[in-house]
Amino acid sequence: MGALNSLPDEPQYVGLAEKTGFSFEQIGILHKRFKQLSNNGETLRREDFNTIPDLLCNPIRSEIIEAFFDRRNFRQTDAVGTVHEIGFGEFLLVMSHFRPPSIRLDDEQKEVIRTEKLRFLFNMHDTDNDGTITLEEYRHVVEELLSRSGALGKETAKGIADAAMLEVASISMGHMEPDEFYEGITFEHFNKLLKEFEVESRMNIRFMNMDTTTLCK
Amino acid sequence: MHAVSFQCAGERACCRGHQLMGILRSVCVLLIVFVAAASASHDAPQDGTHDPTNVTHKKGFPVLLFNYDHVRTPFEISLWILLALLMKLGFHVIPRVSQVVPESCLLIVVGLLVGGFIKAIGEKAPALDDTLFFLYLLPPIILDAGYFLPVRPFTENVGTILVFAVVGTLWNAFFMGGVMYGVCQLEGGQLASVDLLSCLLFGSIVSAVDPVAVLAVFEEIHINELLHILVFGESLLNDAVTVVLYHLFKEFSAVGTVTVLDGVLAVVCFFVVSLGGLLVGAIYGVLGAFTSRFTSHTRVIEPLFVFLYSYMAYLSAEVFHLSGIMSLIACGVTMRPYVEANVSHKSYTTIKYFLKMWSSVSETLIFIFLGVSTVAGPHAWNWTFVVVTVVLCLVSRVMGVIGLTYVINKFRIVKLTKKDQFIVAYGGLRGAIAYSLGFLLPDHPMKTLFLTAIITVVFFTVFVQGMTIRPLVELLAVKKKKETRRSINEEIHTQFLDHLLTGIEGVCGHYGHHHWKDKLNRFNKTYVKRWLIAGERSMEPQLISFYNKMEMRQAMMMVESGSSAKLPGLISMQNIQPKVESRGRTIPKISKGREEEIRRILRSNLQQTKQRLRSYSRHDLFADPFEDMNENLSEMRFRKQRVEMERRVRLRVNEGRSAEERLFCRVFPISA
Repeated sequence: MGALNSLPDEPQYVGLAEKTGFSFEQIGILHKRFKQLSNNGETLRREDFNTIPDLLCNPIRSEIIEAFFDRRNFRQTDAVGTVHEIGFGEFLLVMSHFRPPSIRLDDEQKEVIRTEKLRFLFNMHDTDNDGTITLEEYRHVVEELLSRSGALGKETAKGIADAAMLEVASISMGHMEPDEFYEGITFEHFNKLLKEFEVESRMNIRFMNMDTTTLCK
Repeated sequence: MHAVSFQCAGERACCRGHQLMGILRSVCVLLIVFVAAASASHDAPQDGTHDPTNVTHKKGFPVLLFNYDHVRTPFEISLWILLALLMKLGFHVIPRVSQVVPESCLLIVVGLLVGGFIKAIGEKAPALDDTLFFLYLLPPIILDAGYFLPVRPFTENVGTILVFAVVGTLWNAFFMGGVMYGVCQLEGGQLASVDLLSCLLFGSIVSAVDPVAVLAVFEEIHINELLHILVFGESLLNDAVTVVLYHLFKEFSAVGTVTVLDGVLAVVCFFVVSLGGLLVGAIYGVLGAFTSRFTSHTRVIEPLFVFLYSYMAYLSAEVFHLSGIMSLIACGVTMRPYVEANVSHKSYTTIKYFLKMWSSVSETLIFIFLGVSTVAGPHAWNWTFVVVTVVLCLVSRVMGVIGLTYVINKFRIVKLTKKDQFIVAYGGLRGAIAYSLGFLLPDHPMKTLFLTAIITVVFFTVFVQGMTIRPLVELLAVKKKKETRRSINEEIHTQFLDHLLTGIEGVCGHYGHHHWKDKLNRFNKTYVKRWLIAGERSMEPQLISFYNKMEMRQAMMMVESGSSAKLPGLISMQNIQPKVESRGRTIPKISKGREEEIRRILRSNLQQTKQRLRSYSRHDLFADPFEDMNENLSEMRFRKQRVEMERRVRLRVNEGRSAEERLFCRVFPISA
């Protein structure tokens, strides 16, 4: 109990801990990181993410940064659109999507967590907020992934995205008449597509409980 | 209708019965030939002594001679292998037995029978001697396992695997050695002469989980990837520990005393053995990959490079008493991505099938010889020793797994559940490696006693645990391996997730697992691939190679099944491409004659493709449409599209739809 008294904003932490499921130590460390990124300010903007060297060589960096500012990830029902700056609470909410599920969950709770993580991935692909991933959006995803391969990437990206959409369509729709048109991947189809993917055990990172002083700047 | 189906079922049973009889008959013939040959070899030398007495009579020109000695060794080896394979064939003809009893058990039983038969006729049965086992029978199995090791789950769980392999095996060895010593002292009598070092030596031999046995049993139960890689990875990596402990205690047993310096040297030795083995393997792997870069003109010998470099890695490691198994694994894992990018498709298939074939034969022979050696070998049965050994094996394994999992779970993201722990503990089978190591012991006073105990443990684990693990897996509803091939969507999302998690780790600010993996990948792409992969394949990202492989597989399927077969999936490109309004108006009509001509061209083209696949000579391979696929990829894709279109034309033209329109769209695609 003594350790808690040394942490600032303690009552705030209690609320956040309940909402996101992080422990107090983890919240403290993430708060330190938040302050580091925002230069001790109260809010983070998109430009602040440019100071992270690791992100610069990441092919999907713009999507990752957008995900932090996407209101659909703030666990408010029916919120759409993006914001220009986020506070610590929202930062923590987005991070909580990557928390590993506790071992003591029953199947129903596991399903809820799985749906949450899949929803996060879906929102990252669905950039125009219309609830479906169209062929263009999927092509954009594949192009970004292959963005560091030059011209070779651009041609095959289209082929790969087309093949992927074909697969989704055949899994979800089974059979279509030649003049029917497959609008885009809805969330149910996305769920069905990645049924075998075990996203609940793969989409996790380790959150430190101890403060490591070797933070990269 | 029912009468017909009865007849068919009866015929099928009859057919299977015939097959069984046929196999039994050929086995009997083989055994008789073998016995005749063996006994004839005794008669052969005696013929020579008759010659001097016959010199006065002129013999006629010998029409038929019998000279068995000349071909004795290869003949017997071939006979053994043939017997092993016929047995393997026989088991699959009897479906009910092969579903209940794992193949390894059946093979040991056959070995027992053959051994008994050979002993009954007074011959000396060949024993599973260590040269044969370690130099010829074990490497193919390990190479097969290492080359096809699923690298991603292995590296994700490497911490857990190492803890189980190193700490778990050490725990097993010391616990078993210590408790056995205590029991021996308590029991007194014949066992009192067994000293602590001998017990520890025995413990170190019997404590290691055996990769051959694990592979043989786990292959049939199709358990999920995580558990499979945990038990299997442990069985591979504990070789270094076994080697060090075995040599350590063997030396100490001879000398009799242990000092602290020796203990420290042992720890250093462990690191040298394991890291040295890995290094040797990696060097040979890189050499193999580099060699494969230049084989584009001599495709026929490509598989040989893979096999020989790997075998050399194993032998080189054995020269220095380093861990040969780890060297072989390192060689296979290092070589594989580069070799697969360089070799032709045919060589890839050859490598795959030869490895599977050799490892299958080796495994079968190992189990049969295990059975034969059991019957042949000298035995010294001591109830206390043997029973305590078996019980202790189980107990120490369970305790080890539970204790280690408790510690490991603090560091794992995805924790191991109680079910997982049970399967890991229960799947710790002992096998032929333990037996051979026991065989290798120099003339130790307790050698026969140890051998008997080891054989009993091996039999117990393979029979009891091997047979019961499948119903237990069903009972506990352990997750099974998913059977479907990876789809392009999963591949895309795997890559996407990798980059996403690396990015989030960057945002969080700590260098985690994904950060280092990303760094390694980037190093691999910029430096290593450029040296080891020929041509422009070196710049190809993984997603594209996956996609190309998938395309080629689909194209081959399409060509092999012919254009009249049903294509997988009834949805095609036009269902997902957004419609262009003006398309209908700008397409000119084509005449029926032109349509016929196009269709004729397509059909003949398809036949040509089929013909080219059919022949090749021993020295050259004719230009195969699927060889050098990086050059012909777009052409192949186009060809595939045409095949698809040909099929559609045939289906659609009868329905009187605007086939010309569709035909024209495909042959002259408007949008790229």
